[in-house]
Amino acid sequence: MAMAIRAFLMFVLFLFSTQFCFSLYEDQVGLMDWHQQYLGKVKHAVFHTQKTGRKRVLVSTEENVVASLDLRHGEIFWRQILGTNDIVDGLDIALGKYVITLSSDGSMLRAWNLPDGQMVWESSLQGSKLSKSILNVPKNLKADKDDLILVFGQGCLHAVSSIDGEVLWKKDFSGQSIEVQQITHSPHNDLIYVAGYVGSSKFYVYQINAKNGELLKDNTAALPSGTYGELLSVSSDMFVTLDDTRSKILLINLKNGEINYNDNHISDLIKDTSGQGVILPSRLPGIFALNLDSLGILIKVTNEGGLVLVEKINNAAALSDAVSISDGQHAFAFVQHEENKIHLTVKDVHNWNSDLLKERIVIDHQRGNVEKIFINNYVRTDRSNGFRALIAMEDHSLLLVQQGEIVWSREDGLASVVDVTTSDLPVEKEGVSVAKVEQNLFEWLKGHILKLKGTLMIASPGDVAAIQAMRLRSSEKSKMTRDHNGFRKLLIVLTRAGKVFALHTGDGRIVWSVLLRTLRKSEACERPIGLNIYQWQDPHHHALDENPSVFVVGRCGPSLAAPAVLSFIDAYTGRELNSLSLAHTVAQVMPLPYTDSTEQRLHLIIDVNQQAYLYPKTPEAIHILQHEFANVYWYSVDADNGIIRGHALNSRCNGEVVDEYCFDLRDLWSIVFPSESERILATMTRKSNEVVHTQAKVMTNQDVMYKYISKNLLFVANVAPKAIGEIGTATPEESWLVIYIIDTVTGRILHRMTHHGCQGPVQAVFSENWVVYHYFNLRAHRYEMSVVEVYDQSRADNKDVWKLVLGKHNLTSPFSSYSRPEVITKSQSYYFTHSVKAIEVTSTAKGITSKQLLIGTIGDQVLALDKRFLDPRRTLNPSQAEKEEGIIPLTDSLPIIAQSYITHSLKVEGLRGIVTVPAKLESTSLVFAYGVDLFFTRIAPSRTYDSLTEDFSYALLLITIVALVAAIFVTWVLSERKDLQEKWR
Amino acid sequence: MDKGKAVMEGVGRRWAVDFTDNSTSPSSRDIPDPLGFSRASLDQDDSTQSRQKKDAESNWKAKKAWEVAQAPLKNLLMMGFMMWMAGNTVHLFSIGITFSALWQPISALQGVGKVFEPYKDSRVELLGPKLLFIALNLGGLALGVWKLNTLGLLPTHASDWVSSLPPAQDVEYSGGGVNLH
Repeated sequence: MAMAIRAFLMFVLFLFSTQFCFSLYEDQVGLMDWHQQYLGKVKHAVFHTQKTGRKRVLVSTEENVVASLDLRHGEIFWRQILGTNDIVDGLDIALGKYVITLSSDGSMLRAWNLPDGQMVWESSLQGSKLSKSILNVPKNLKADKDDLILVFGQGCLHAVSSIDGEVLWKKDFSGQSIEVQQITHSPHNDLIYVAGYVGSSKFYVYQINAKNGELLKDNTAALPSGTYGELLSVSSDMFVTLDDTRSKILLINLKNGEINYNDNHISDLIKDTSGQGVILPSRLPGIFALNLDSLGILIKVTNEGGLVLVEKINNAAALSDAVSISDGQHAFAFVQHEENKIHLTVKDVHNWNSDLLKERIVIDHQRGNVEKIFINNYVRTDRSNGFRALIAMEDHSLLLVQQGEIVWSREDGLASVVDVTTSDLPVEKEGVSVAKVEQNLFEWLKGHILKLKGTLMIASPGDVAAIQAMRLRSSEKSKMTRDHNGFRKLLIVLTRAGKVFALHTGDGRIVWSVLLRTLRKSEACERPIGLNIYQWQDPHHHALDENPSVFVVGRCGPSLAAPAVLSFIDAYTGRELNSLSLAHTVAQVMPLPYTDSTEQRLHLIIDVNQQAYLYPKTPEAIHILQHEFANVYWYSVDADNGIIRGHALNSRCNGEVVDEYCFDLRDLWSIVFPSESERILATMTRKSNEVVHTQAKVMTNQDVMYKYISKNLLFVANVAPKAIGEIGTATPEESWLVIYIIDTVTGRILHRMTHHGCQGPVQAVFSENWVVYHYFNLRAHRYEMSVVEVYDQSRADNKDVWKLVLGKHNLTSPFSSYSRPEVITKSQSYYFTHSVKAIEVTSTAKGITSKQLLIGTIGDQVLALDKRFLDPRRTLNPSQAEKEEGIIPLTDSLPIIAQSYITHSLKVEGLRGIVTVPAKLESTSLVFAYGVDLFFTRIAPSRTYDSLTEDFSYALLLITIVALVAAIFVTWVLSERKDLQEKWR
Repeated sequence: MDKGKAVMEGVGRRWAVDFTDNSTSPSSRDIPDPLGFSRASLDQDDSTQSRQKKDAESNWKAKKAWEVAQAPLKNLLMMGFMMWMAGNTVHLFSIGITFSALWQPISALQGVGKVFEPYKDSRVELLGPKLLFIALNLGGLALGVWKLNTLGLLPTHASDWVSSLPPAQDVEYSGGGVNLH
């Protein structure tokens, strides 16, 4: 019977296979997918509010996004995403209509049209050496009716026309060994000062004619001591910096081209301090700010070259640049913290006695500290000055504050997702009935009647709109409880700012967010970074009264030797349950396939000294691990040296302190790739939670091939050392790609294959018994995708039907890598048009549904490609039987069907990763793609064969049934009557 | 089947009027036999006639039984033709034909006794026809099974039994990779 069902299913699948695309209709957009646009942490912001009309703020971010935001609501007017290596160094407005950005270490200057974000011109600035890059758009610097833009980058000073981006003149400083620090423009005499150091104690200044770039004068002076930090310009001819002991302020004055300097001890200005200061980079006219012992100190530079202490600010968090409010009047803002409030103070630079503005704003403490502030003024109706402030917070969110209130906020931390995991929602409690959700029966009926009208095509345009609105804001999909199909889940994402967000899969809203204490800057942890997020406790059978929890692994700095931090978070509420600062480091986290009695998953954290630490630290966990002690292995990939090593748990650590949760590892095997011919480029393993339905692959002639399904497989892609760079840097003869499939328990190489004339970048995905990888073929000048399938030959003789019927086989008995099974592989390669950012494969609850590859293309879209296209058994002319089985005739390239983009018309800008999660419904897989944008949808690779589509008209079904029953009754009565008449006749 | 029905009508009568008087004793009658009438000769004549008649009937029954026994043959040929028409791919038509090909012989075999009941007679040997009938129906059944097999719907291959087996579990567990960064 099962056979018949299977055959029937195959037949059904065959019917469906005649049409490959799984497109959706226009009115289905937004029903099960959502898309969110973000920017990233704001680095620069420029307001544009002078003109009447739409007020906007232009920002550039750490995700290399240039955007124009609506000042009223914070919506994005336009957004341009530069490449990942195209880091924005400067942002300004020129001519009042162009947004100028300097990026790529000062070598790319672009102008964007202010209203719509179209690129107006781009100019590539050539230089020879790496240097600081400075963008300076001076007001009133004109040459032949053309506004000049001064750009310093790559060791050269360029004057660029703001109309067309043409380089008008260029001055090369790379010959001199001077490190240029500042470029100032003095408006009275059209002079440009280029100031910098040679070494750290020799100060250079060049005077350049702004009109033609002629070098007028160069001057040098030896400073009394070395300098620390950057040079700050207080005015066009005055600079300040700190000496190398950080206790003296050097003030450098360029009156009449002569360099005068004087040094002042900080302790002369501020009594009883001995700390070391840092000059803050805020540009204020005639004033500079110093950070000393977490105290903000404002120091005024008098015209005579003296320093006057102006103000001390406690708990200073951020200082803005000065903004000109009227002729000669400049204002700036600073922010102070006080518990969950911030104090925003705006002062006049030259008048310290009064505040222009003093506001107190309550800010959610989960946003952390203020990192950056940008202010803008506006004229109130009473002709006084009002100020609005754009604040970038520690969690990378962006707030606009005006009149003591947060006008809008953006969660731009979500632009930099580091890792994703999921959690189920709470089970629906009793007492919450369907009627409550659907308001009432009348509403429910009305909804269904509307739907019926739509089905019968008698709906008016108004009705159609109502139906669409009803579908989109269906309360069903955004409920906070678990649903029968498992579509509603929480996506728990860790962002680069160290904040964890829980997003609802139904509508993408933020359910909770928490800024982790362990991932905030502190004395102990200077530059913490979040690494990964893992499931900690996922109660299914036991401990059901406990909420599921996740944990975040972080590190106190970018180096591997920095100590590790752990945070445990309740997945339902977002409460930080526990946080640990660990004594050891973290190189790897290994979730073990064992859970304790409260369903906490056991994890081994392996440090850089190759010691494994067991978590949770309970005797029970030790006991469980002891049982499986001999079966736990660990492998490390050393990509720099081209070595893969295998290890096993050995014994308790024998350090000074007895730690019974710490284990030594012993080396088992190592694979050393010859460094002169191979470099490790990419590795990939199977997902540990992947479910495989069957171990057999049935061939057309009813033969069986047994899949080699082992979780301990590692795919490694190596390239020739010469081909490690970009595409085009190596010739086909000197580049090759070698792929390996390695058993990570025994170190056995199961398969090795060389692709000659090919090179990276390699993207790969490993699932069941196959691996698909994407690389570049230099000979064909095209990208290729290859598939390798691994089959277990040692099981192939299990062919006796009677033995199988009676169960006399060992196909389901546990299987050890040490049994050295004989494997065979099948592989095939195809051309693929796109370059690829990420590949992922759909995963379903039981692994029965056929698979689709999800390919993140270079155009930041996600393409769903049936795995059947990557079947190594494809032949040019498949037989009738093979066709029936669904084998597609072999073509040299993989088809890209426009309808199979699951992101349909949207783009997931800056796509970095794709995550798939199985829903409870076997046919359906949830897909989350992240980058600068977030996108979520659910897909059914073999269509939703196990449920009715959501637009199924139940009302129509009901009416049909009622009509049929009525018809049966009526005809029965009629026939009875007729019978009676017959009898009387 | 029409013929069978006709036979049934002939045999299964409820009542009858026999216009030939078979009684031999004249004393039982009130009316004496007419002169010159010899009852004996008539009796003699009558008995041979009925014996002949019975012989003919049983002959006819035997013939009919054989005919009925051979009936599935035609069916078989018909079925074979239909199966050939249906082809070897699994779809609604071929599945329908195959299942009817399986069902007909089975239902016929269930009703073997009933089919041959009308021809039951002490003088008629029904074993032969019955065996033939059974054999032909078994042949039909075999044809159906064969068709089922050609459609690939019989679990005769190892693949049919292996597909439902879950994959073997790994004894060892291994994890690791490139250092987290």
